[in-house]
Amino acid sequence: MNFDFSDEQKQMRDEARKFLSEQCPPKAVREVLDGKAPYDKALWKGLAEMGFLGVAIPEQFGGAGAGHLELCVIAEEMGRALAPVPFSSTVYLAAEAILIAGSDAQKQKWLPKIASGDAIGTLALFEGKGNPSPKAVKVTANGGVLNGIKKPVADGAIADFAVVAARTGSSGRESDISLFIVDLKAGGVEVKSLTNIDLTRGQAEFTFKDAKAEPLGATGEGWSVITQVLDRAAVLTAFEQVGGADRALEMGRDYALDRIAFGRPIGSFQAVKHMLADMYVSATLARSNCYYGAWALSTNAGELPEAAAAARISATQAFQHCAKNNIQVHGGMGFTWEFDCHMYYRRANAVALGLGSLSYWEDALIDRMRKKNAA
Amino acid sequence: MNFDDTPQEAEFRAVARKWIAANAPKEFEEELSKSSLGRIRLAKHDMVEVGKAWQKKKAEGGWACLHWPKEYGGRGATPIERVIWQQEEGVYGKLTQPFQIGEGMCGPTVMAWGSEDAKRRYLPKLASGEEIWCQLFSEPSAGSDVAGLRTRAEKKGDNWVVNGQKIWTSGAHYSDYGLLIARTDPNVPKHKGLTMFFLDMKSPGVEVRPIKQANGMQEFNEVYFTDVVIPDSQRLGAVGEGWSVSLTTLMNERMSIGSRLATGVPEMFEFCSNLMLEDGLAIDDPAVRSKLASWAVKASGLKYTSYRAISALSKGERPGPENSIGKLVSGLMLQDIATYAMDLEGAAGSLTGTDEEQANGQFQQMLLSSPSMRIAGGTDEILRNIIAERVLGLPGDIRVDKDVPYNKIPTKGR
Repeated sequence: MNFDFSDEQKQMRDEARKFLSEQCPPKAVREVLDGKAPYDKALWKGLAEMGFLGVAIPEQFGGAGAGHLELCVIAEEMGRALAPVPFSSTVYLAAEAILIAGSDAQKQKWLPKIASGDAIGTLALFEGKGNPSPKAVKVTANGGVLNGIKKPVADGAIADFAVVAARTGSSGRESDISLFIVDLKAGGVEVKSLTNIDLTRGQAEFTFKDAKAEPLGATGEGWSVITQVLDRAAVLTAFEQVGGADRALEMGRDYALDRIAFGRPIGSFQAVKHMLADMYVSATLARSNCYYGAWALSTNAGELPEAAAAARISATQAFQHCAKNNIQVHGGMGFTWEFDCHMYYRRANAVALGLGSLSYWEDALIDRMRKKNAA
Repeated sequence: MNFDDTPQEAEFRAVARKWIAANAPKEFEEELSKSSLGRIRLAKHDMVEVGKAWQKKKAEGGWACLHWPKEYGGRGATPIERVIWQQEEGVYGKLTQPFQIGEGMCGPTVMAWGSEDAKRRYLPKLASGEEIWCQLFSEPSAGSDVAGLRTRAEKKGDNWVVNGQKIWTSGAHYSDYGLLIARTDPNVPKHKGLTMFFLDMKSPGVEVRPIKQANGMQEFNEVYFTDVVIPDSQRLGAVGEGWSVSLTTLMNERMSIGSRLATGVPEMFEFCSNLMLEDGLAIDDPAVRSKLASWAVKASGLKYTSYRAISALSKGERPGPENSIGKLVSGLMLQDIATYAMDLEGAAGSLTGTDEEQANGQFQQMLLSSPSMRIAGGTDEILRNIIAERVLGLPGDIRVDKDVPYNKIPTKGR
């Protein structure tokens, strides 16, 4: 059994960590947090130059052609650094959707631009409150144009193109949904920025008014693609969450060693130690579930749906737990704008919702476990 | 990343599988498969006798304590081969329960600290199950603070004379030998006045009394020592060095890789899949699904954490500290699952009859037994201390009794 990343993959993780610690220190994250920039453009360019944006994109489409395990280790570092760039929407959602369903021409058009950092993409799925569901998709596609409203759309305000789920039928079945690529610079889409709890990653509202749209994949197969994209993105996002959880745990540990109260480091009090130990337990369980998700993703195994849901749930819980208790360990200082704790708290709770909330994935996991047990 | 054996591992697995297929006591297979949640009982046979027969057969085939050196009754197998063996042994591994303290704790301590003569005399018989060992550490006033123990050993010529009481001794009533830590000098700080011995449990002055537990069962014992004589040749390590020796034992206790920790999740999943509530199956209820999913990811997290440790062993590396979380997670989870399963049964959830429909009283049994999972072998609180101090590097507790001579430490009743 070799249930671990290879030495080359670990080396890539080290490179990514070194790069991000230099190019994406908390100070850089705060530029976006404080609204001075919508995202870190220099970092985005740098990530492209490092080859990280196209790490899982095949060489023929301008990528590094490495694979999803490599993407997992980079994702962990992106989460750890709270990188304020549209990485997840472009790489986990838009690029994966095109890789799964795109024609050769669509792959040629968009993937090299993603890899080079010249195109930001996103997935426009949600239409207001609620979790992923074909029933919730009301945006219509008729005669090659889209009409309706999508929100929230991650990184929508800075995106160049979007993969959009739209209704092409009215049978009440999943096959009513199809996917489209919309060039957001081509007109017909009103884009409005929305405020959200994670100030380091934007959300937007799209209003389509006869917006020109190109089919992505066959008509009526949109929901099946969405499901696959969400599973893949769940694993990759889970790695981001584990990276964030680990960093929040480290911050709490370091503070507990440093802060003196009652004449001793607060880390010597069992109430604090036990809180940190429990954070370690959550983060460890999540990491192990993520490894299984990574294996399933990289081999495209039949276990992927179950593994993705488990990784997603475990990592969501771990990041929320670690981010919340990190503030608690810091006491009053943890509730200041000046300390970085709140940036992890914001991210942990925003990223918990982006692909569907915890209850959505819990529901999905039970369905998938039942399916497996029945088989 | 893959789950495949290396060619050598695959070869070893094939040999082990073949041997087990030819030798395992298949008549007990079904009963052993059904006995879940750490409680093993055979309806018509004595568990210890059946276990001894299987252990003896394994020893003859070279499969007992297989990670031990050959001269001490083992096979000289690598750590990963031991894990593969455990995977292949499967349900029959449950029969090894009476030998686990000896194999996992007493044996390694004798191996590390015993004389060559002692190792050759005792270890092969321990490995083959011919002689069973127990561990005599905990006392009524020394549980988590085991170094605060009171049992005295006084030197009389070439012998030691022991007086005192131990508690929570698993298997003392069927054990042949015991690993005993006792106080040999009360005038120095508590960790410095301890010495390790082993003794014949049939020695005059040793009295074993079963403890009736909160769950109504009797699995542990109290052991009383009244002027019990132990030859100095049965001392392990130097006089006053008992604490260091005990750390060998306790470190082995916590190396539980590939161990079979019950989580209760498969049982709960099955239960919820079949339990009909007013509005339909329990598993279709969103609240049930949410809880079930949270437990399921803990169980899978533990499983894949152990896979990571196994992978490290396979590469010849030492596993990281991740595996220390196992008992902490599973103990509390068993308790929570039992409570919730009974909640779903409503008022009938309190009934314990094994003929009750649905779960045959298994969750009720789990509820009553689970407190011990959170205490035995290190309480949840001690395990959290260990994670905080050894993994996260946080400071140890301030120990008010650290430099105080043992006989000056304030205690209840002194």
